[in-house]
Amino acid sequence: MSRASVVPVSVEFGQSERFRYILRLADTSLILGQRLGEWVGHAPALEEDLGVANISLDLIGQARMLLSYAGEIEAAGRDEDQLAYLRDQNDFCNLALVEQPNGDFGCTIVRQVLIDAWQLELLSWFDASTDRRLREIAAKAVKETRYHLRYSSGWLVRLGDGTEESHTRVQASLNDLWKFTTELFTPDEIDTLAENAGVAPNLNELRGSWLHRIDEILNEATLTRPDDVPYVWFGKCGEHTEHLGHILSDMQYLQRTYPGVTW
Amino acid sequence: MVTMVDRVRLLDEETRDQRIWRILCAVADPEIPVLSIVDLGIVRHVRWLADDKPEIGLTPTYSGCPATDVIRDSVRHALSASGYPQAHLVEVLSPPWSSTWISEAGRAKLKEYGIAPPNCATEAADKPVCPHCEGSANEAVELISEFGSTPCKALYRCLVCLEPFDYFKPF
Repeated sequence: MSRASVVPVSVEFGQSERFRYILRLADTSLILGQRLGEWVGHAPALEEDLGVANISLDLIGQARMLLSYAGEIEAAGRDEDQLAYLRDQNDFCNLALVEQPNGDFGCTIVRQVLIDAWQLELLSWFDASTDRRLREIAAKAVKETRYHLRYSSGWLVRLGDGTEESHTRVQASLNDLWKFTTELFTPDEIDTLAENAGVAPNLNELRGSWLHRIDEILNEATLTRPDDVPYVWFGKCGEHTEHLGHILSDMQYLQRTYPGVTW
Repeated sequence: MVTMVDRVRLLDEETRDQRIWRILCAVADPEIPVLSIVDLGIVRHVRWLADDKPEIGLTPTYSGCPATDVIRDSVRHALSASGYPQAHLVEVLSPPWSSTWISEAGRAKLKEYGIAPPNCATEAADKPVCPHCEGSANEAVELISEFGSTPCKALYRCLVCLEPFDYFKPF
């Protein structure tokens, strides 16, 4: 399946396509990091408060490296802060999955498992990418992501294979969030060009190894994998659910209200 | 052929390198102050630029470690105070930092401070030994939390002396 993208259709993986591709990775990490940050002070236990806050920190750290790189590719004078704080909703190209609300702790864990497993497969693949900078950032991030998945999958198994109440709730969250996973493996022009340039993997192949990993976790958690949904959200092309605007209003408030303010 | 002038130059270079390393050895990690940034293995290189400016390569431990900015400031301040206000700091991403880069001295300092040093044998066998009563076998500890007070630590409890302790994660 292919989709009209917000950037002009091109046959080459040039500067603007590379910028767009890196920006997607950056935005996905940034928005998920921001989402997880909402748990700080509200998690069910102090240990989980620390857990989600630390994962959030890693993701924002990864986003900073990727945004800086994107800014250098764009060469329009925008740095990581300007890209994070001064773009509007439709210019964000994160996956729609990561902007979904936290819900209860189980829902956050379901979303985290789905995205951690995707990130782990993707970042591992980047070791073979033709993009040197991406290789370097990924080599660092992949170790962190492996640990994130260990945490999130550990919780999913405990909740899925826990009480009737916890099982019912995480299964409901899984049923609700599954529809957003199609986007992870549905390429648009940018993905295809990135693949052809040896920068990014073939998403269909990536889906195979992701599914294998997810099925193993769901099996241990006694959860049932939902059916795929034909409709695809294209957050990576700037088409977002209603939730992104609310995240941005919170995240960007200070810089929008007091431009250039520093601590 | 090595001339006398070269010999003096070589000697000179060695001492100025050593001087920079000595200054860096006194810069403490802001979150684990018993460790210097050299013990931690995050100083990747000291080089000299054409105009006799020292260039220091630093690598972050974790991508989002909030100490990274503080460390840069501390390094800049320490070098400036020792006569190198023009020092140039660069971030080195590759190869990524690993906890196996913590020096032997650093591991001993961690243990003394009450933090179990990373178990570097294999990534899978990552159970710590209690830094308080040491004698405890690997099985006699339990995980309290995969994440601790800083990105690099997890929280464990010793089942022998019953004390909780931080574990510097193998990474």
